[in-house]
Amino acid sequence: MRPVIYVLTFLAVLGLGFWAYREHYETRQAIREVSTLNAEIASLREALALQRAEWAYLNRPDRLRELASLNFERLGLMPLEPTQFGDAANLSYPAVEEFFGGINNSVMVTGQLNPEEEPL
Amino acid sequence: MTRTPLRPLARILKARAQGENPDVIERENLRLRHEQGRDASRNRAEVRLLILGFAFFVAFSAIGARMGIVATTEAAEPRSFASGAEILAQRADITDRNGRVLATNMLTHALYAHPKDMVDPARVAGELAAIFPELKADDLTRRFTDGRSFIWLRKVLSPEQMQAVHDIGDPGLLFGPREMRLYPNGTLAAHVLGGTSFGAEGVHSAEVIGTAGVERAMDARLRDPALSATPLELSIDLTVQAAVEEILDAGITMMNAKGGAAIIMDVRTGELLSLASLPAFDPNNRPNPVLPKDAEPGDSPLFNRAVQGVYELGSTFKIFATAQAMELGLVGPDTMVDADAPMQWGRHRIREFQNKNYGPLLSVTDVIVESSNVGTARLALQIGGLRQQAFLKSLGFFEATQIELTEAPGAKPLLPARWPDIVTITTSYGHGMSASPLHLAAAYAAIANGGITVKPTLIKQTGPRPGTRVMREEVADASVSMLRQVVTRGTASMAEVPGYEVAGKTGTADKPKRTGGYYNDKVINTFASVFPASDPRYVVLVTLDEPVETSGTEPRRTAGWTAVPVAAEITRRIAPLLDIRPVVEAPPLDGLTAVRN
Repeated sequence: MRPVIYVLTFLAVLGLGFWAYREHYETRQAIREVSTLNAEIASLREALALQRAEWAYLNRPDRLRELASLNFERLGLMPLEPTQFGDAANLSYPAVEEFFGGINNSVMVTGQLNPEEEPL
Repeated sequence: MTRTPLRPLARILKARAQGENPDVIERENLRLRHEQGRDASRNRAEVRLLILGFAFFVAFSAIGARMGIVATTEAAEPRSFASGAEILAQRADITDRNGRVLATNMLTHALYAHPKDMVDPARVAGELAAIFPELKADDLTRRFTDGRSFIWLRKVLSPEQMQAVHDIGDPGLLFGPREMRLYPNGTLAAHVLGGTSFGAEGVHSAEVIGTAGVERAMDARLRDPALSATPLELSIDLTVQAAVEEILDAGITMMNAKGGAAIIMDVRTGELLSLASLPAFDPNNRPNPVLPKDAEPGDSPLFNRAVQGVYELGSTFKIFATAQAMELGLVGPDTMVDADAPMQWGRHRIREFQNKNYGPLLSVTDVIVESSNVGTARLALQIGGLRQQAFLKSLGFFEATQIELTEAPGAKPLLPARWPDIVTITTSYGHGMSASPLHLAAAYAAIANGGITVKPTLIKQTGPRPGTRVMREEVADASVSMLRQVVTRGTASMAEVPGYEVAGKTGTADKPKRTGGYYNDKVINTFASVFPASDPRYVVLVTLDEPVETSGTEPRRTAGWTAVPVAAEITRRIAPLLDIRPVVEAPPLDGLTAVRN
């Protein structure tokens, strides 16, 4: 019994050693990947910050105002006016479209349908 | 191990046969057994001590070795956890209330030299001078060859300049990364932002510190590493600020003024949506102008007229006298008061504008509408100096504003040392004591806010922050209604913006000479207004420095002709931006437009 335990223990040590060796190298590989990714994230964040700054610079009010006046003929952009506020109550209802060639009640349909017109 | 019996039969029998005491043998054996046991346990203890000693030795050597390694190697960042945004930004961004960037950071490089590594210092000096006009070739050659081992050449480089320096190709020229503060909107809101400069500089990084404005006042917050990923949100609205600066600039040109300031303030939260002072500067490249000796501080573009400019604000103060008189129950809006001009008080004679006489009697409302100095003076005398001081103090006129700018604590109102009756009289119509336009805006906000003070702030707020009540709500409403009548039938008729019920008061104050007395032809014109009068939301305040309106036959310098039209245009432009509907009937839409949608 005892030799079996010795052999098994030895094998277990061997196996664990191999496992630890692989884990070690995998961890180092993972750390290397993480640091590459971190560097990439940092450079992307840097690019993002730069693009945000660029966006803010290109959208600065002075420039937009100049562009709006340069392209006035095409775009016709003007500063917002108080009169541009609309109210739902000021909208008129859409005009009632005349279906059935002006016929809008059943009596007219039965009595006065013109046979030369196309039936709807 | 064979165990020796204590009384071995053979020896006992032998001893008995010889007539000896067998117990002696037993004792002898017992003693031997004890000695054996003692030796064994001593050996075991020694081995254990040895093992323990070895363990201690290994532990201490391990710790010592680790300490040695830590002490002799360079520190490395822990890399095995995810990193956040703090990698890049060491200083938080500043945005407006809608998240539009006002200040951000950009990575750039500084240029330094190790002259001892240089191959050809003279050539390098010549090529550097060709790239950077401010560097002189002779000067550089001297500095490269006088035995120094380190020289700073430029604090920041553009990418093109960096490439040009790369192309020189000398190993003695080196770059250090730098985080640079960038203000993408240029001069917009320059006085609010202030500016930054480099603090302690190293090869690998440099400290960015605020030098003025919000950048300096909020420096600790902006540099807090825990908050560097969260931008600082100001109360400023970039669009409103741009519109205000555009109109104010046009107004200054049209009215031939030296400068001007405009403030837009939310009367409920105290948030400043716009704080403009012109002329302005570019915070990306903060100037350091050298002014002539006789120049006023206000001549510098760095001077923030809205906050630092302490002026006598003129007739805009009259509303405080009438409001206090109503609050104390001395008068009502329709009470008739003595307004017979000129009024004699001791050696002083109080006159009206252009020596008019609005009297003999005027209602309190008409005192404001006609802007009667004498009427206000009579009310102030009824109130008395002590109560007047207490009221102005409660409106914040006796101390510097608490706004988040470094310049604010320095701009204390100028108060007369004593407060005799004549000071009570002059203060009631805005002469004798000086305060900044921001003080005035905050005081008008208190009236517009139903009599409750609000603290002006540049930081975005989540809700109203009511202060203390300084007057009853009816008094505040009556005061706003008086201000409204100033626009409908008084001195500020040009302030009318259809649909927005502007209510405000003009103020024209002669500029004091440095040598004493007042200029005849230099004025400060102020128009302080609130809108819409039925439910005031915003204070609009415009101040122009030395304006003169020349469209008529003779130059006009009253606020009604200068500051008022500018303020009206500002209101007309910003009210739609602030999403306030005009109370006016929109022109009928034509059928085509209506149907298309």
